[in-house]
Amino acid sequence: MTDETTSPLPSSPARARRRFDPAVAIAFGCILLLLLAGSFYSRNFLSPDYLLQQLKVAAFLGIIATGMMDVILIGQIDLSVPWVVTTGAMAACAVNSYGPAGAVLAVPFGVLCGAAIGAVNGLAVGYMRVPSMIVTLATNAVAQGLMVVYTGGFSPQDSASPFMRTLATGNLIPGVPNGVLVWGAIAALAVFVLRRTTFGRSLYAIGNRERAAYLSGINTRRIAMLAFVISGALSALAGVLLAGYASKASQSMGDAYLLPAIAAVVLGGTHVLGGKGSYLGTIAGVILITLLQSILSVMQMEEAGRQLIYGFVIIGMLLLYGRQKAAQ
Amino acid sequence: MSLDTTETKVAPKRGMSILFSLTLLGLLLFLWLLLAFSTNSFWTPNNISNLLRQGAMTAILAVGQTFVIITAGIDLSVGMILTLTNCLASWVLAGTGFELAFGVMGVLGAGLLCGMLNGLIVVFGRLQPIVATIATSAIFYGLALLLRPTPGGSINEDLADFFTSKLFGLVPASLAFLALVVLLVWIPYSRSVLGRTAYAIGSAEQAAYMSSMPVRKAKFAAYAISGFMAGIGGLYLTFFSYTGEAALASGNAYTLFSIAAIVLGGVSLAGGRGSAIGAVFGALAFRAIGDLLFVFDLDPLWQPLFQGVVLILAIAIGSIGFARVRNRLEWFQ
Repeated sequence: MTDETTSPLPSSPARARRRFDPAVAIAFGCILLLLLAGSFYSRNFLSPDYLLQQLKVAAFLGIIATGMMDVILIGQIDLSVPWVVTTGAMAACAVNSYGPAGAVLAVPFGVLCGAAIGAVNGLAVGYMRVPSMIVTLATNAVAQGLMVVYTGGFSPQDSASPFMRTLATGNLIPGVPNGVLVWGAIAALAVFVLRRTTFGRSLYAIGNRERAAYLSGINTRRIAMLAFVISGALSALAGVLLAGYASKASQSMGDAYLLPAIAAVVLGGTHVLGGKGSYLGTIAGVILITLLQSILSVMQMEEAGRQLIYGFVIIGMLLLYGRQKAAQ
Repeated sequence: MSLDTTETKVAPKRGMSILFSLTLLGLLLFLWLLLAFSTNSFWTPNNISNLLRQGAMTAILAVGQTFVIITAGIDLSVGMILTLTNCLASWVLAGTGFELAFGVMGVLGAGLLCGMLNGLIVVFGRLQPIVATIATSAIFYGLALLLRPTPGGSINEDLADFFTSKLFGLVPASLAFLALVVLLVWIPYSRSVLGRTAYAIGSAEQAAYMSSMPVRKAKFAAYAISGFMAGIGGLYLTFFSYTGEAALASGNAYTLFSIAAIVLGGVSLAGGRGSAIGAVFGALAFRAIGDLLFVFDLDPLWQPLFQGVVLILAIAIGSIGFARVRNRLEWFQ
């Protein structure tokens, strides 16, 4: 098969149309609009300090959304994000309490725990054909149960390792937070994998028509499994970074990330049923969501109002361009 | 292109589903007996009413969820509708007489409205049910927080006590109420045109549309009823707790329980198969399994883990059927 036929963006007119993907354009337009609206409220909104601070906060969501995107691309969904994030954070902090060796192993161990939960999800979805929304809800419950048993229902006393703190809050390059660098590296990798590797192309193929993908020799089960492992690992990595940011893990620290992650991916123009979407859109979605949250908190909106506006904005934007085709 | 979307799923023989229901009923009775003989506290009225209360709440939610799952959709906002109606009920159920009657109708109406909002967004907005209902649950949670920023409120205790009492000193009111819901809502619905259409949508939406069945009406009705049932659940929760509380964790837990009950109750998650009666037994069994922990004298901290593991096992058992498929292509329908 030639490059031309397997590519998700085949002919040049299609490629040109994709360059002006309305969803990505609308998302970036909304970002500008939000910044403009914010700058009327306070001059600080356009200062580089504020924008960098937003990017730093966006990095956590961005890392989670990357994993969520590869799962949504194959037409599935990962609802286990909240407690995978928490598990990653708690596992890393727990290992850190075992002396110097623990401090070194903290980050890999946290990520590995997330990957393990992702593997269970992938096994069930890929090999046992269980609907992903059900099985990921169940693994979320199991992860929650494990953490409740482990911590006794309280916030654990273990603290984050110095490396985790540096990873989340330090500045390796002056002026650029390390968290943003981590997200940048993951973003670059994601773009490469999605566009230039068989795995990435297979994600799009499965999302478009799983049957055809299977018949053309793609090992659809293994790809689905891998997608969930990646999603679990990235969620856990975000949890590890969050623990570094707050210098410790806490109960329900991941609860605030499920809806934003899905919303960021979908607002960025990735089709909810899979098969279509670009990473640029996901970046736009992540920044859009983060800015929205930031503006609401700057306006000192109560939690109730924030949830309301949040729900309405997501539904409103989805109604603008996330609709399915009418039955025919 | 349209060939494989119009294929219908192979329905199991009727005998099989009856056999399944009997197995589930047997399992439930076995669990209850096990609980009864291994603990001293089981027979105390307090424990029985507690068991039935939690079981009935989950069962009511699960009946609502069944309506949606049969159409191959999902309603992840039931827990938050329950939380919202609970908070609303803690404001409006304080009076007596007509005030109280209007209060009850208001709470049920609020649940129905929430469900209708879901239905509007999913059916006429044509959004994916998962994403749409996650987003609306943020809205419902926000409203619940507006109503009850801190837990509190008080309600007419006579009414609450009636629903937690035993009818004629024998049948717990919660069980009678549950039976009434199944009789008045599920049985007429599943025999109506809308109910049949819901099953048809679940097994082959394209074919249902082609046969000019009222596809959109049936989907809308499914979400609306699911919201209404969650409203009943919220009302019921208030009768037991006397107060309203907007808690994120308990709302999410109720959503999870409603889905766990369905998985245990043999309702096909791909749509088109199953009944609310199975879901009711599933809900009661799920709560009974949760209580098994007390038999083994384990710390209540283990309960969430235990429930999660039970759910995973139920999913695994339910998916064994896929291993017997003759042609792997059947996986990808």
